[in-house]
Amino acid sequence: MYGPLIIKPVKSKGANTGAWRVQVKPKFLQKNCIGCKMCAVICPEGCIKGKEKNAFVCDYEYCKGCALCCLVCPKKDIVMVEEGKE
Amino acid sequence: MKEFLEGSRAVAEAVKLCKPAVISAYPITPQTHIVEELAAMVAGGELNSQFVNVESEHSAASVVLGAEATGVRAFTATSSQGLFYMAEVIFNIAGLRMPIVMTCANRAISAPINIWNDQQDSISLRDAGWIQLYAQDVQESADFHLIGYRIAEDKNIMLPVMVCMDGFILTHGMESVDIPEQAKVDKFLPPYKALYKLDTSDPMSIGLLVGPDHYLETRFALQETLKDVLDLLPKISQEFRNAFGRDYKDCLVEEYCIKDAEKVIVAMGSVCGTIKEVVDALRKKGKKVGLLRIISYRPFPYARIYDALKNVKRVAILDKAVSLGGYAPIAVDIKAAFSGKKKGPEVISSFVAGLGGRDITVESIKEVFSKLTQKEVNGEFIDLKPELLKESYGE
Amino acid sequence: MENNSLFKPGHTACAGCGQAIAAKLVIEAAGSNTIVCNNTGCLEVFTTGYPETAWGVPFIHSLFENCAAVASGVEAALIYLGKKDSTNVIAQGGDGGTADIGLQALSGMLERGHDILYVCYDNEAYMNTGIQRSGLTPYESNTSTTPIAGKSLGNIRPKKPMPEIAAAHGIPYVATCSVGFMPDLQRKVKKAISIKGPKYIQIHASCPLGWRHETNLSLDVAKLAVETGLYPLIEFENGILVAQKKITPRPVEEYLKTQGRFKHLLNNPEAIKQIQAIADNNIKKYSLKLETPASS
Repeated sequence: MYGPLIIKPVKSKGANTGAWRVQVKPKFLQKNCIGCKMCAVICPEGCIKGKEKNAFVCDYEYCKGCALCCLVCPKKDIVMVEEGKE
Repeated sequence: MKEFLEGSRAVAEAVKLCKPAVISAYPITPQTHIVEELAAMVAGGELNSQFVNVESEHSAASVVLGAEATGVRAFTATSSQGLFYMAEVIFNIAGLRMPIVMTCANRAISAPINIWNDQQDSISLRDAGWIQLYAQDVQESADFHLIGYRIAEDKNIMLPVMVCMDGFILTHGMESVDIPEQAKVDKFLPPYKALYKLDTSDPMSIGLLVGPDHYLETRFALQETLKDVLDLLPKISQEFRNAFGRDYKDCLVEEYCIKDAEKVIVAMGSVCGTIKEVVDALRKKGKKVGLLRIISYRPFPYARIYDALKNVKRVAILDKAVSLGGYAPIAVDIKAAFSGKKKGPEVISSFVAGLGGRDITVESIKEVFSKLTQKEVNGEFIDLKPELLKESYGE
Repeated sequence: MENNSLFKPGHTACAGCGQAIAAKLVIEAAGSNTIVCNNTGCLEVFTTGYPETAWGVPFIHSLFENCAAVASGVEAALIYLGKKDSTNVIAQGGDGGTADIGLQALSGMLERGHDILYVCYDNEAYMNTGIQRSGLTPYESNTSTTPIAGKSLGNIRPKKPMPEIAAAHGIPYVATCSVGFMPDLQRKVKKAISIKGPKYIQIHASCPLGWRHETNLSLDVAKLAVETGLYPLIEFENGILVAQKKITPRPVEEYLKTQGRFKHLLNNPEAIKQIQAIADNNIKKYSLKLETPASS
């Protein structure tokens, strides 16, 4: 007989950490993006995905609103907006 | 094939037959010869195994844990202080259900430091969730490793096994031993197939953080599995008898002249050889005495012991360990077997002997039988030297 | 959103966690043919709380101090199975789990020459248990076991020189990294993975909670640590210093004022001088100063 011991990646469902956001969330303007990928690299959650310029998106299911992507973008193409406002 | 071998060598030969993939151990008397023999076998090419010389017992146990987690068979050996140093990992291994087999060469505990035999070390870790088998002689020490891997790796069990052999008495004693043939061992013990393992083709996470909502069930599962071991050991023992000819009956206890005995000693390990000699001698004089030898200390065979001793008038338990501040360990379990039951011995007396390697002689055993009277005795030390109790310190 | 990433979102790290950034970059640089052995700590707790796991690679957690030994066992088993050449083994732990309680297992693993990459996530305290002082806590840092009270200025001991300790074992590669310099981190991990033998990488991971700074400053704070000379980015090969990140040194006060854990030093010029001395010593010892070509 066995108890909870192991979990496989496909079976686990990450908690909806997007619910942690209280104030702001990132908005991707997708105007001046140069595709440097720094937002995707720095996101601690790994919830920013994209390949080409002006095509990076954030998965708000998991975004905790830390704002690192906004600060790292060299073209200021990401802004933090208030929750619920957009 | 029968050879005249040192106990450690016999164990090394038995482990070699089991073909472990990874061996890792740290030196500690009196286990050293086992690991040295294995190192020589690996270096000489007789045994295809990865031998990892670690910097502590904690790491030795961690190395075999990592190896088993990767899906291969692993082995380690230790004693007293080393066992306590790896105690954290011992509990971890049982909790992660890794079927490791480990030899514990029973040795006394510091302080004061003492390298000679008693069973305090392995008995102190009885709560860890390991199966504990106690060997009476060198042949059993070797055979229990084969039985150990067989039961550990059973798909319904997956629990680690500690084969306990008395340090120096069995590890350094020489006896005539039958070392089985590899082909027969391969049939009895098939290659290890892990139920879950670290494999890049099927990734999984092992050793998680489990909160109050989930932890209780893991301990319940361990407890129920150890109960299943009591049913499985007799079956495996029978398979062992069919394969190799040696009969360990149910591999839980051994009854020696119990049937009509009025006085029985319960004991574990090599001291049982001496007790059997005394029983034979006293039986010749018409005394109705017997021995109940415990083989499987964990899981403890309560029902089996109840059946064996329920009609015996007086039972003496000879512990080679002491649970300081409480009743002696085996005595507690024996008394629990009869608690609340209608039948049982009139007297269950508990004796402590042999700590730190003090010889348990034929006279000591006779003294135990003679002290087994109507008056129940609790935790009496045999062969105590009162003159040593007068040490004084300071003012 | 595809879920085959190696470090999945949905883990329960604090927002802006530097260690999450670092761990994600490490495993992505190492690739899917990697087995990870982790010590107890923030990383293990926030990625593998039953019934969830953030890891897309095989992962094992045993105890607080033995990931190096468990990884040694995994590596031995892989050698036996003939799979070592196609599988990377990473052992990782926090600063406490590496420099304090795990030092023995780490030293044994380095000395035995296992083909394992050891990664130390240095957030400079025992963060998971509530910001207690560790062997890698910097001088005069405020932690809960070296608190600011009375005359105390916090931690009274300098950081244990873990990279040098690792390098002293004569292993093929030792490097320090920072989450402030992510491409450098990725490069060093990739380089380490390609070398056979024991490797040690120490990553300075900012901790918004423990260091008391805003979540979106994790990157900038880590950058300042490097640019003041307090956290040199250096590489050792076979025990010899071979490379360092050159900096134009900035005064340590710029770094100290970004974090609450150094707040008590800001109006204490003596204390700041002592910390500047540490930075200056690093700059001299590792030749960190970027020499501009002689002008006129």
